[in-house]
Amino acid sequence: MSFSPIDFPVKVNVNACIADKGCTICIDACPLDVLVIDIVTGKASMKYDECWYCLPCEKDCPTHAIRVDIPYLLR
Amino acid sequence: MTTNRDEIETDILVIGGGTAGPMAAIKAKQKNPALRVLLLEKANVKRSGAICMGMDGLNNAVIPGYATPEQYVKEITVANDGIVNQKTLFAYADNSYAMIEELDSWGVKFEKDENGDYAVKKVHHMGTYVLPMPEGHDIKKVLYRKLKQTRVNITNRLVATRILTADDGRVAGALAFDCRSGTYTVIRAKAVILCTGAAGRLGLPASGYLFGTYENPTNAGDGYSMAYHAGAELSGIECFQINPLIKDYNGPACAYVTGPMGGYTANAQGERFIESDYWSGQMMQEFYQELAGGKGPVFLKVNHLAEETIANIETILHGNERPSRGRFHEGRGTDYRTDMVEMHISEIGLCSGHSASGVWVNEHAETTVAGLYAAGDLACVPHNYMLGAFVYGKFAGESAASYCANTELAAVDAIQIEAEHERVFAPLTREHGLSPAQVEYKLRRLVNDYLQPPKVAKRMEIGLARFEEIRSDLQKMFATNPHELMRAAEVSFILDCAEMAARASLFRTESRWGLYHYRQDYPESNDVDWSVHVQVKKDTDGKMSVFKRPLEPYLVEPEETEKNVYQQLRIQPSQGELHEF
Repeated sequence: MSFSPIDFPVKVNVNACIADKGCTICIDACPLDVLVIDIVTGKASMKYDECWYCLPCEKDCPTHAIRVDIPYLLR
Repeated sequence: MTTNRDEIETDILVIGGGTAGPMAAIKAKQKNPALRVLLLEKANVKRSGAICMGMDGLNNAVIPGYATPEQYVKEITVANDGIVNQKTLFAYADNSYAMIEELDSWGVKFEKDENGDYAVKKVHHMGTYVLPMPEGHDIKKVLYRKLKQTRVNITNRLVATRILTADDGRVAGALAFDCRSGTYTVIRAKAVILCTGAAGRLGLPASGYLFGTYENPTNAGDGYSMAYHAGAELSGIECFQINPLIKDYNGPACAYVTGPMGGYTANAQGERFIESDYWSGQMMQEFYQELAGGKGPVFLKVNHLAEETIANIETILHGNERPSRGRFHEGRGTDYRTDMVEMHISEIGLCSGHSASGVWVNEHAETTVAGLYAAGDLACVPHNYMLGAFVYGKFAGESAASYCANTELAAVDAIQIEAEHERVFAPLTREHGLSPAQVEYKLRRLVNDYLQPPKVAKRMEIGLARFEEIRSDLQKMFATNPHELMRAAEVSFILDCAEMAARASLFRTESRWGLYHYRQDYPESNDVDWSVHVQVKKDTDGKMSVFKRPLEPYLVEPEETEKNVYQQLRIQPSQGELHEF
């Protein structure tokens, strides 16, 4: 929905994320394809508020940079 | 606007790389290594589908020493109120053990006892069929490794939207677009195997969150819609999927996992009210009544169990299938040791893996369209769950491989290709309009309002009229990129499923399958007129037709004492401790 996306479930620790080194593991893993590389930071970020809180992004991240929270509407 | 275009040629195209799809591709390639087999996935095969994070057990394993195929066929015949094609159930049951052994040899881990035998548990009303997989989190990795070994071609992030058909009605391939680059792809194929999973984004979850579904929300009913437009028959669509789930989280409470350890579904007083936690329409009816009644709501109860048992339950439930569950409980301060877990019933969906609604297939996974096969949650083999997806994936792959031996690629029809391009890409050409999420929200809210059981004719008729309005809204959808275009395409799949669900439900003027098809205006079952399949098909004039298909004669007739077992699920107050069937 067109809610203002102020609290996305997928949180990326930009200090740990190595997407700027070429890693796309979380972006490849996401079934809903909601993750992208932020053009400004070069790090993974959540672009679409369509998370199924299924966790492949978090489990597969080689640097443990991702934490998925339960979406607010369900919490 | 110009679209980049691509054309791919293959022998067999498998659409959907979750559970059934990889198996179908592997088995087709093993049957004839010379064939070109392409596995197309909307997400990424490594982590796609209902089992993207693994699975905690086989719900319907027929393992020698515990059950026979005959017993299983009888159980599911009774559980699905008689409306089954027993040949398809029997083929599943007869091949399920060999499939378990093969998966085991590939590295999938099943629970075994101290002797190395499969540790099968009893959850169903009659037989013993549940094989836990406490270490089932690696199943996608195992499948992926096997796909690579077998040299199956894989393409990810392609959204298939229509099956291409030839003049004679047989399959000619499929049309798809890339949800990142937007490239429009024509795939020529001799055979297509649909493995796109459930229609999991049909009803709107009570949370209002579009993606807070029980099924992986990637599964929007794509295959139901594609099969329909290709002219295939669909069956049992009125037998909805409604699940007893953890409230708001909308994931399974997993009474199948906890049941054998002593957990159960309870009312607010902590009392057990159903004899068996195996999911069926009748069980859902009792669940629904308890939920809405004076002893409601309903809970999963494990807080009476020992610490070691609870710790074990946590390890399994928070490490497999839906691992974010632990996080959800934590956020609400729910502890299995002290608290019961609040449950509710889900919004509706279509899924033969759990109930019975799907694309009609025979025991070779053939649909009614030449060259089109289906397997998994979208293929009508009632209650066939994950193991059924593997078994029918195997059938589909092998059947398609045989079909290809005597078939040439059909000519593709440029008119179909251009019409689909125009239909699918139109939202990108508009400068303003409705966002796909808005249309989807409204459509799924209407599904709840008009199709969620109990069902009534007038309500469903109004629903159909509102769905028609949504159909014209599809022409106003606006997308700014290929990702949003994917969501727009999915809205049309959801709408097709909603219309099929309404029409099939209106057609069956009786009640059956407990809550799944409870008609308030026809509250009784009518075996004389309605011991039939209800089929949905696109007519030659493009209209949706609904008709009866007679039941095939049973291979195994359930005993008189077994026939009503699923009608008597509620624990009777007068009942003693001992209950015999």
